[in-house]
Amino acid sequence: MSAENSLPITHWQRLWLYLLGGLVMLFLIAPSVIIVIMSFSGSTLLQFPPEQWSLRWYESYFGSVEWRDATIVSVKVAVMTAIVATPLGTAAAYAINAGTLRLTGAMNALLTASLIIPVILIGIGTFFLYARIGLNNTLTGLVIAHTVQALPLVVLTVLSGLRSYDMNQEMVARSLGAGRFAAFFQVTMPQLRFSIVSGALFAFITSFDEVVVSLFISGGETTTLTRRMFNALRDQIDPTIAAISTCLIVLSIVLLSAAQLFGRGR
Amino acid sequence: MSIGSASLSNIGRSDGVLNADALRADARRQALGLLALLSPGLFLVFAVIIVPIGWLFWLSLFDETGQLSLANYARFFEQASYIKTFATTFKVAFVVTGTCVLFGYPLAYMLAQLPRRAASVCLIFVILPFWTSVLVRTYAWLVILQRKGLINNWLIDLGLIGQPLPLANNFAGVVIGMTHIMLPFLVLPLYASMKTIDVDCLRAGMNLGASPAATFRQIFFPLSLPGLASGVVIVFVLCLGFFVTPALMGGGKVIMWAMRMEQATSLYSNWGAGAALGVVLLAVTLALLGLFQWLLGARATGVWSQR
Repeated sequence: MSAENSLPITHWQRLWLYLLGGLVMLFLIAPSVIIVIMSFSGSTLLQFPPEQWSLRWYESYFGSVEWRDATIVSVKVAVMTAIVATPLGTAAAYAINAGTLRLTGAMNALLTASLIIPVILIGIGTFFLYARIGLNNTLTGLVIAHTVQALPLVVLTVLSGLRSYDMNQEMVARSLGAGRFAAFFQVTMPQLRFSIVSGALFAFITSFDEVVVSLFISGGETTTLTRRMFNALRDQIDPTIAAISTCLIVLSIVLLSAAQLFGRGR
Repeated sequence: MSIGSASLSNIGRSDGVLNADALRADARRQALGLLALLSPGLFLVFAVIIVPIGWLFWLSLFDETGQLSLANYARFFEQASYIKTFATTFKVAFVVTGTCVLFGYPLAYMLAQLPRRAASVCLIFVILPFWTSVLVRTYAWLVILQRKGLINNWLIDLGLIGQPLPLANNFAGVVIGMTHIMLPFLVLPLYASMKTIDVDCLRAGMNLGASPAATFRQIFFPLSLPGLASGVVIVFVLCLGFFVTPALMGGGKVIMWAMRMEQATSLYSNWGAGAALGVVLLAVTLALLGLFQWLLGARATGVWSQR
């Protein structure tokens, strides 16, 4: 056994545990694997493994104007959400980390509130608010709503980066004559860049995968990919969705690996 | 001489006051600066989450005729369909949470025992689904579980069953799909807390003659309970307000709380009823989280910072 947990128990005695854990891991990963394989099926029947292979569901995805438009809307909103949420979240995390403000805890709780408030309530509330200020079915509305959803993740990611950063370095820079902003941008931010980039990636994917709020506030020309998928799934099971799902899974893998790589660079 | 010393001490005092003033002003400037950093984020959250929810709460206090009344809340006790919705929701939440504990505890335990490198590879199996769209995973389960889905096809081909089993579009389908989505929310905090258990405690127990089973039961398991509790609370709370999977996999038969809210507002445009449902859901959610925090002195929401 490795040195870090050298209990006098052999791997053999743990076999049942590995077996059980392996089964649960299989349960977690199997759906994604099955969908990826089935997306290359040549028939409309959902067979596994498929009897013939083809790219017809990918052609049906990329060939459809509706799916393409929805994808473009989702990408636009996710990019803008990352652009808005990252600086806001980083600034907020910096202020929370300083911890000198009264009610810092309460402000932190408010910023991360969207993690625990039921999303359905946020969806209905946002729809209700937007109906009065004319933001339903607009890109701006989507970006604002998704920014609120993504903000807690940016705050938490950057906060965890700040915890392992020594704020005295910024003090040193300031005592040597750097202004507040120069000290942050030249000393602190370069060392936080990995957390900030991770936060931005999480913000992107949070927005891209968001379903419930988009269901209420998007529509018409600003229908997001997830909203269109949800509606398509309510009607019937179209294999095109397997191709779209595969693209979403690949996107998750790419973004997570990027976040992981940046995390390691810390 | 006396005049001179008096003026000197005066100067000293006024200097002290000036200094304190300057420091206070500086602290105030600093606080204002930090507040300015927080304010855009706080403003957005306040405008998009707090204001609409407050507004909905206000709406929920009026009946259809615009009279101030508790009719929207009284309905929950009077109409059987609401009672059934609440019962279904709690039943799903209990079953899903239980299944997550059953599946998640062994997995977290295994991850905590594995060497670091093996554990980080196995963690991918938890984190990748965690970051895969809920919609994609629900679709996958529909494909696997439906009438002509994978499992039924396989079982029929193997000759084990003659008729397809009803796995999707019912209670079982909702529970399977939701368990898959909730599992990482249990495993991640549980694993994190198990990693903080001092191996020396276990080693000491075994040195003193405890069997591996007794060491687990009497030392490891009690020490892992706070982590388990935070996973259980967060999963249960998320289940109560969950929408996507029951809406797609319930086949219209499993009506949960969140679906009722959507129907009330989208289908019937009954904002009062939908809002009242939302207010009670939020109250239950916050009460459970608050109770947990009070009992264990820890926040259940740490799961999001443990990827």
